[in-house]
Amino acid sequence: MNAIAVSDLRKAYGGVEAVRGISIAVEEGEVFGLLGPNGAGKTTTVEILEGYRSRDGGTVSVLGHDPQKPGREFRERIGVVLQQSDLWPNLTVREVHLAFAGYYAKPRDADEVIAIVGLGEKSGARVKTLSGGQKRRLDFGISLIGNPDLVFLDEPTTGFDPAARRTAWEMIRALRDLGKTIVLTTHYLDEAQNLADRVAVIQRGVIIRTGTPAELIGGTQSTEIRYRSAAGEDVVVETETPTRVLAELTARAVAAGEELEGLEVRRPTLEDVYLDLVDEPAAEVAS
Amino acid sequence: MRYVLHQLRLEQKIFWRNRESAIFIFIFPILLFLLLGSVYSSRITIHGTSYKSANVLLAGMIGYGVANTAFSGLAIALVIRRESGILKRLRSTPLPPRAYLTSVLASTLVVFLLQTAALFAIGRTLFGTPLPGHIVSLILALLLGAAAFAGLGLAAASLIRSSEGASAVVTVIVLPMAFLSGSFGPTRKYPALLRDIGNVLPLKHYLDIVQAIYLQGHEIWTKPGAIAVVAAWGIGGLALAARYFGWEPRAR
Repeated sequence: MNAIAVSDLRKAYGGVEAVRGISIAVEEGEVFGLLGPNGAGKTTTVEILEGYRSRDGGTVSVLGHDPQKPGREFRERIGVVLQQSDLWPNLTVREVHLAFAGYYAKPRDADEVIAIVGLGEKSGARVKTLSGGQKRRLDFGISLIGNPDLVFLDEPTTGFDPAARRTAWEMIRALRDLGKTIVLTTHYLDEAQNLADRVAVIQRGVIIRTGTPAELIGGTQSTEIRYRSAAGEDVVVETETPTRVLAELTARAVAAGEELEGLEVRRPTLEDVYLDLVDEPAAEVAS
Repeated sequence: MRYVLHQLRLEQKIFWRNRESAIFIFIFPILLFLLLGSVYSSRITIHGTSYKSANVLLAGMIGYGVANTAFSGLAIALVIRRESGILKRLRSTPLPPRAYLTSVLASTLVVFLLQTAALFAIGRTLFGTPLPGHIVSLILALLLGAAAFAGLGLAAASLIRSSEGASAVVTVIVLPMAFLSGSFGPTRKYPALLRDIGNVLPLKHYLDIVQAIYLQGHEIWTKPGAIAVVAAWGIGGLALAARYFGWEPRAR
């Protein structure tokens, strides 16, 4: 059973096509990553699925609803973590959870949710006194309070320091363990690799590859062996049979009494595959 | 209805817990009343009849209060919430937008009614102003004012682009309007041009209604012309808001 089915989705803003024919299927209970550089169309796609935006073409079904006509029943079943949102600064963590609980027909217990997201100690603290990571925990908490079946996370760690990022990852794993279907957009490769069951790589409004992180890496590139030769040259060998190549290489070096300086054996990471796919300099992608 | 009550309680909590809004929106008109009431001691003449200055100032402050609460306070709060992403976040919940706006407006009305009650209580205690006579007319007038200025507040919230600019923009609108309309004292001796400007403003006509009820002891329906002008401004504001109001941050 698919939680989300999208076929040939299209959306343009003032003549510029942000999404140009995207098709994806998200299964119930999986963590689905939408990975791509800034401006690739990730947020547009997710906001169409969340019911924030209309589409120009294609068909979309989210939990059996058309999000273009988002009724109350649809809203009851989704949870949303936006890229940025500051909640009422003068309310306490518990009050914000109770406020959101009041919007849903069958909310979860506020204290239980606060415990799940690790804010138990901060339950009585005002929102304005929370750190960045704690505010993110709060965002996750209120996305959970309606007990949704499907949670959307739009770039949940962009602009975070490493500690806050780890926190967000921990939250996402907690959501998955609760059995939620999760759609996650990110431009961080390690995030997709670590969290997503399946990843769709999106570039300039189209999906250029879909699969599990292992599938995306596997088969697309061979293993890389690097070392510095006796002549001082950097040598890179790409091979499908790294064991044999390495054995020959080291046997020859041992026989000649040489040391292979800087010897390194590398499997491609999702990052290498991704950069090959989107064909952009790393600096731009990371920004 | 369940949503409206829930959200109204929340809105009240948010309002009173925020020191800025509690002071600038609720206390400021009361403070001005105290200041002006202490410096004006003579009588003030309006439409050929002279009244105790404190009575006139009290009516003026009800007018300034409605502009401050329903127009400025509402506009600033909505812009800040829109720009900080709260409105967008709320839209993804089952809370119906209409229920949300209803509770925000009701909360504004609660603040304005409390403010008016405080003005009457302080006026009576310190300056010997009488309690209002035509209670039904007065309540209708307060509702009309809150609705009309809230309509204009929604329009302002729709047109103001950033949180930083919000309070500056509404102050630049409200203070001159209150001055030109006679909230702070009679406009009889103003230059003709300033009086002409004042005569098209909603607050001037609103003060006409409040003065007719509170000072002259008339019922609200003796002022159909002024009611029409105030209502027209409010409806104009609502029309602008219906066209331009957005739930998502603009300044990024």
